[in-house]
Amino acid sequence: MSATLLIDLALAFSVLAAALWTVAARRAFEAVVGFVAFGLVLSLAWVRLGTVDVALTEAAVGAGASGVLLLGATARLGAQTLAEVRDQPAMALRIATGFFCALLAVALGWTLLNLGDPAPSLAPLAAANLAATELGNPVSGVLLAWRALDTLLEAVVLVLAVIGVWSVAPDGAWGGIPGDIQPPRRDPALRLAAQIIPPIGVVIGVHLVWTGAEAPGGAFQGGTVLAAMWVLAWMAGLVRPPAVSSRRLRVWVILGPIVFIAIGLLGSFLADGFLAYPAAFTKPLILLVEAALTFSIAVALVLLLVGPPKAAP
Amino acid sequence: MSLLADAFTVLAVLAGLFFLAAGTLGLLRFPDTLSRLHALTKADGLGLGLIVLGLMPQAGSLLGALKLLLVWALAMLAGATVGQMIARIARRESQ
Repeated sequence: MSATLLIDLALAFSVLAAALWTVAARRAFEAVVGFVAFGLVLSLAWVRLGTVDVALTEAAVGAGASGVLLLGATARLGAQTLAEVRDQPAMALRIATGFFCALLAVALGWTLLNLGDPAPSLAPLAAANLAATELGNPVSGVLLAWRALDTLLEAVVLVLAVIGVWSVAPDGAWGGIPGDIQPPRRDPALRLAAQIIPPIGVVIGVHLVWTGAEAPGGAFQGGTVLAAMWVLAWMAGLVRPPAVSSRRLRVWVILGPIVFIAIGLLGSFLADGFLAYPAAFTKPLILLVEAALTFSIAVALVLLLVGPPKAAP
Repeated sequence: MSLLADAFTVLAVLAGLFFLAAGTLGLLRFPDTLSRLHALTKADGLGLGLIVLGLMPQAGSLLGALKLLLVWALAMLAGATVGQMIARIARRESQ
């Protein structure tokens, strides 16, 4: 047995163990800790599969941003999570849930084992036409040129999510500062970390976006890192978000999708159709879209993590 | 020269693994929160540092080696911060 096989087996085992822990945990907090660990181990598995782009996204968005969102939800549920453990669902419902989950797992496994050889893939086609985008990273080429519509819709979903979070604000608090008025904890150690880490993290976040054209990275990964830096400073009580009534804040949230749609419409007149790029300006336009998207993704994630306004403006 | 670098890598990474294992053992065996934190943050920081030191000759470039060093510094900073915060809460709850 070779060393790499041993490492892969250990990784696969860790992914399964973390997944089992997440499902079996009795308390919501423990389940979320398991979920974050699961995401981090899974991103290592993606690295082993050679898909560093997916690994970065899994670590930043899957484990990081989703983990923090779930932690916040757990904290807000508070005592109710304990009640949930006591009121177990009816036996029939539990058996049905288990049955359908098992059915899904078997169906996925069966599909995986019966994939054609070679598996159907558009990868050679994408790689062959990559030169047209002047990008060095085929994943960025797919995300921003050939499947630009998917990426645009993902960016729009984030805007909708912000609207969803804001819509649960109490009427009296509408227009106020989002999130808890007093930052949750003003710990001196946290304050020090929140002063040292963000300058480094902002450079890393911008680097992830910039390098995304040529190497693994991109708007979502970089934007998540930028959002994390701001949330860190917010948790330490160093910064406050602007009020949700601020027009500038709202423009920041929609800037990315608006720029994307505007350039897409430009393609309808100057190139082959909606979201097609004029051949001479492909790369500058892609970089412009990436920059605007990064900004909006970061602001939207911050607003999702901070939560709706809680007190009157 | 590369043999020397490889031997250094193996030794340093093994030493790092030893400290990581010791830290985990402390987390599992020590009786109270503060001792467990002590074992975890200190031993893990040292263990990760030794692993990074061992991998630096294998990084291939000076920039790669510096990035490894940055990873260690950030992990140390995060570990120390979280250790402080947990310790503060643990002390407040025990009083």
